[in-house]
Amino acid sequence: MKTAARPKSPTASDFDVRAIRRDFPILHQQVHGRPLVYLDNAATTQKPRAVIETMSRFYEHDNSNIHRGLHELSMRATGAYEQVRERVRRFINAAEDREILFVRGTTEAINLVANSYGRRHVGAGDEVLITQMEHHSNIVPWQLLCEEKGARLRVAPISDDGEILLDEMERLMGPKTKLLSMVHVSNAMGTINPVKRIVEIAHRRGIPVLLDGAQAAAHVRLDVQDLGCDFYSISAHKLYGPTGTGVLYGKAALLDAMPPYQGGGDMISTVTFEKTLFNKLPHKFEAGTPNIAGVIGMGAAIDYLEEIGLEKAAAYEHELLEYATDAVSKVPGLRIVGTAREKATVLSFVLEGIHPHDIGTILDQEGIAVRAGHHCTQPLMERFGVPATARASVAFYNTREEIDALVAGIHKVLQVLG
Amino acid sequence: MSTELSALYQEMILDHNKRPRNFHGMPAANHHADGYNPLCGDKVTIYLDLDGDVVRDISFEGSGCAISKASASMMTEAIKGRTLAQVESLFSTFHDLVTGRSGGAAEPAALGKLVVFSGVREFPVRVKCATLAWHTLRAALQNQRQPASTE
Repeated sequence: MKTAARPKSPTASDFDVRAIRRDFPILHQQVHGRPLVYLDNAATTQKPRAVIETMSRFYEHDNSNIHRGLHELSMRATGAYEQVRERVRRFINAAEDREILFVRGTTEAINLVANSYGRRHVGAGDEVLITQMEHHSNIVPWQLLCEEKGARLRVAPISDDGEILLDEMERLMGPKTKLLSMVHVSNAMGTINPVKRIVEIAHRRGIPVLLDGAQAAAHVRLDVQDLGCDFYSISAHKLYGPTGTGVLYGKAALLDAMPPYQGGGDMISTVTFEKTLFNKLPHKFEAGTPNIAGVIGMGAAIDYLEEIGLEKAAAYEHELLEYATDAVSKVPGLRIVGTAREKATVLSFVLEGIHPHDIGTILDQEGIAVRAGHHCTQPLMERFGVPATARASVAFYNTREEIDALVAGIHKVLQVLG
Repeated sequence: MSTELSALYQEMILDHNKRPRNFHGMPAANHHADGYNPLCGDKVTIYLDLDGDVVRDISFEGSGCAISKASASMMTEAIKGRTLAQVESLFSTFHDLVTGRSGGAAEPAALGKLVVFSGVREFPVRVKCATLAWHTLRAALQNQRQPASTE
């Protein structure tokens, strides 16, 4: 098992987790009389003080609408908002700022592509390809599109370890395939998919690729030009930023040719009752007043993460994940769901004869926050023959002591219900 | 174990989770319904053999957490031989118990063993686990085609 962080990258010993933890005010509290152990980072990450203060400062000093006011506050707000576009461009190494669209999150990013690109390019008899490990947000928009167009949704299968079966996937790419939309890092299993290779395979057949990067962005160094993907989606709240904000990256040529997704203010250049001329990129896809403070908070989150060093954080998380994997593997009757060679952040497991909901409740009483459920991946749960799993997901502010607390908590579960 | 936790996972609940009673299909059932909790994926099917307005027999199948399984199991024991009016009244009393609406005062004697579910009221997210079987029972009585849901 390797993370995407290269072996040359700094090791976990360089990492001062005690200092890092001081940056996250929420971590320092008791839950049910125990110190909080927050291991639900795949659901949402906690926010460093830098993000919280940046957003407060915006509301206290600069709050204004953007792209329209001639006054000082509006110019400040516009400047701060647009600076984040450049910040995100550098973060994912996109070629141009106008390829960065601000959206509500990964879900909206996928819906935008389905509704704009998809409705124009997918017709009757065509196919859209996804995988068996997709989140519902990368299944349902395509089902809706396929239903509307009389197209067919194809699903690439995975192995028992939770890895894409590349040959099978390639076999499903045909002349009718109009788009491949798949997850970069699985939220339910932690699998890091070999997306660069998959993009190459798809492109050889002329199939554009959308990558769902909800779980990847905080744990894997992104370079969209190197990956070659046509679209990439990010949620700020899984990147130590605020909820309700995210990014859709798209290649400029594709975005330029796509019809708008939503109509409204900011996305137009002139409106008459007869005809509307649309604004240029990226504004064409940003109708209405956006989540200005959220975008600015996302910028602060990226700054924070880069200051720590994403590679350093990823290397530390990887060691922690391996430590956790080894530790829970010793628990009798515990089965890990998702044992891919390359994984990030996620440790999903089931206990023989014990329902994950009971695990979640008992761990919560120990102050340990994990997710118990189907993780919005019901077809994947079906693939593994489980109704749900318990999922611990680590971030760089977690510690080995917290993993020890998790393992002790699991033993408590066995003691109560075993 | 914390007081809340031991109140939730009482001995009798753990026993019914491990050895659920009336846990099988029923070919002769004249009513049945499926129940589903979309939040956690719990699934239950309730089978009923109604004789007029009396529950002659009841059984269940499915998968779920300890609370939902024990609740289904104990429900089948509690309502066998009861009239529909008694079942409806018992559900209402049980619902008040697990949601805390009964205020934690002296629990109605009608609940019998079901009072072991009183600990659920300290865990609002688990109320649906305790009531899934009951909602499904109601659906079975009405012969609903759509799966009953806790939502």
